[in-house]
Amino acid sequence: MITSPQVALHDKLAVQYKDDILERIIETKAKGLVLDVSAIDVVDSFLVRQIGEIATAANIMGAQVVVVGLRPEVAMTLVEMGFTLKGIHTARDLEKGIEILHKAGKPQL
Amino acid sequence: MMSVSMTTVEITSEADIVVARVKAKAIAEAIGFNYMDQTRIATAVSELARNAFQYAGKGTVTITPVDSQEKRGIKIVVEDHGPGIKDIELALKGGYSTSRGLGMGLLGSKKLMDEFDIKTKVGEGTTVTIRKWV
Repeated sequence: MITSPQVALHDKLAVQYKDDILERIIETKAKGLVLDVSAIDVVDSFLVRQIGEIATAANIMGAQVVVVGLRPEVAMTLVEMGFTLKGIHTARDLEKGIEILHKAGKPQL
Repeated sequence: MMSVSMTTVEITSEADIVVARVKAKAIAEAIGFNYMDQTRIATAVSELARNAFQYAGKGTVTITPVDSQEKRGIKIVVEDHGPGIKDIELALKGGYSTSRGLGMGLLGSKKLMDEFDIKTKVGEGTTVTIRKWV
């Protein structure tokens, strides 16, 4: 499954988005999820937490998550604030993200 | 070149947090900050505006371009009349981070900006002033 938010996510929208993704994972029995955040220009602590929760919950449901397309200025800001995105797989772009999922031995998207 | 004026955003909903950071970013760009700094500033505003909304229910974000002889930059004041912060030292160490990220937001915005000043009084509210120089 591939998902890519295209609008600025305020908090309620972000939570809704998270819930929708997790529901879709159940519906589609997806084994992997690529979360493309290339359109997101500001990632603050709240959004980091939502992304972390998506990854954790998806893992529990048997789907591995790869976050792709993190903009350099966003990555830099996260590092400066002290976030490490520990436990979250990241890749530069969609192609690399899918490659990681394949390597993880869960090729069904 | 600095045709931007002071802007105030009232924070009364979660959507206003986005409005505040979008405005801060636009003003930062107009002042001449590079893209990295625009993102740092927008992120810091997002953190502080959320704190105000989450803990006080509402607040104001005032964004002011600074253009003195020595320095050019941006000053942002985030003010609320919420419960205030009891132990500011602890909050700035991230010690309140379990309470949905108050400390993380304060500490994060402090790290992203050049100057950070907080005034808080229990029962009266909190005012955070942040600055960044081009």
